[in-house]
Amino acid sequence: MAAPISLHLEFGGGAELLFDGVKNHHVTLPSQSEPWNMKQLLLWIKGNLLKERPELFIQGDTVRPGILVLINDADWELMGEMDYRLQHQDNVVFISTLHGG
Amino acid sequence: CSAAGPASTMPVPCSHCQKSSAVLRRPKTGHSLCRPCFFWAFEEEVHQTIASARLFRPGETVGIGASGGKDSTVLAHVLKVLNERHGYGLNLILLSVDEGITGYRDDSLETVKRNQQQYDLPLKIVSYEELYGWTMDAIVKQVGLKNNCTFCGVFRRQALDRGAMMLGVDKICTGHNADDVAETVLMNFLRGDIARLRRCTAITTGSEGAIPRCKPLKYAYEKEIVLYAYFKKLDYFSTECVYSPNAYRGHARAFLKDLESVRPSAIVDVIHSGENLSVKEDVRMPVQGTCARCGYISSQRLCKACVLLEGLNRGLPKLGIGKHHRLHEKLLARQPLTEQEERKLRAEEF
Repeated sequence: MAAPISLHLEFGGGAELLFDGVKNHHVTLPSQSEPWNMKQLLLWIKGNLLKERPELFIQGDTVRPGILVLINDADWELMGEMDYRLQHQDNVVFISTLHGG
Repeated sequence: CSAAGPASTMPVPCSHCQKSSAVLRRPKTGHSLCRPCFFWAFEEEVHQTIASARLFRPGETVGIGASGGKDSTVLAHVLKVLNERHGYGLNLILLSVDEGITGYRDDSLETVKRNQQQYDLPLKIVSYEELYGWTMDAIVKQVGLKNNCTFCGVFRRQALDRGAMMLGVDKICTGHNADDVAETVLMNFLRGDIARLRRCTAITTGSEGAIPRCKPLKYAYEKEIVLYAYFKKLDYFSTECVYSPNAYRGHARAFLKDLESVRPSAIVDVIHSGENLSVKEDVRMPVQGTCARCGYISSQRLCKACVLLEGLNRGLPKLGIGKHHRLHEKLLARQPLTEQEERKLRAEEF
């Protein structure tokens, strides 16, 4: 049994608009048999935080192309993306690049 | 993907300095870089773009089209850095257009005003209201939400030029990035717009007559621009325009992002294709002339902005939408249109 973990989630670049305009979220993921990874976090976000138009955030089982993900301020492409095993107090940032510049 | 099984928390070393931990994987090259190496690589690549295309000459006054969004904020920051680092000798000015969109442009202009302080650059704001006598809010009230982006796009292009002329600017730089250029190539291809397809990849346009425009970020990926702004903690504004997005561009954009996620080089590949298309000699191209009313470049007797404006002022907003070139002589002579001509040009009933 993995203990519950707390995370700091941040949405920016326009992605916050899908979360009632709230950029910063301190969340606690409940205890479960498997350790939490990014894939499960995305499902949890979809079920618990997303307020509208989930297809603008999640496509298939990953984030929509054009949304950048940083784990502890590093590109998630360097961290194993969906397979990254989340640690207590991790900081996960989602930045949309799909908004006007 | 990691061959070592489930993702480890072991940091990936920077493939350039080998010392610090990498913070991003570059889409263009696949390299993993740490923050300082990324900043340096990003800035120096923009410098390479500027130097190899000889975009500027010492002593020039350069207007940076500043919307408060990520691209123009990064452009202003990087140009300021490079101007000092490489001694370009440029006089940089921020140039903004106020379209008159409440809840959108008024907020983003606040960002530009902060940028002015942060970068210590002069700022000039020109508004649709002062140039045309119409704000976008007023235009939308008359034309509705159907062709409003046409008005805004045509007016913005001229507004930037007119602002630049007021300031005696030699060149205008815009924040168009590699993703934007690739989108435009794709859109022009899909629309069969040969003239624009040929022009849209040029790094500098409009050297004859109009003030030249250039795109120093033409080869910079959006991902890198956003991460540059994020790691540098640059202050930018990111909200969609309240008058709904450009749907056609949105499709091209989503399609390219999907391609990029499978093959990151897709963006530069599309630009490369656009740059290397050659147009058959017997394809007829529109001849660029000047507008008989305002003197702006135009391929018709009247430029698009003048026709759109005339339509607004006559209460016939569809005058500038679609092709009504036959009417230009009448408009120039300030003659009334027939009832039949007018009927087609009125706003639709809502």
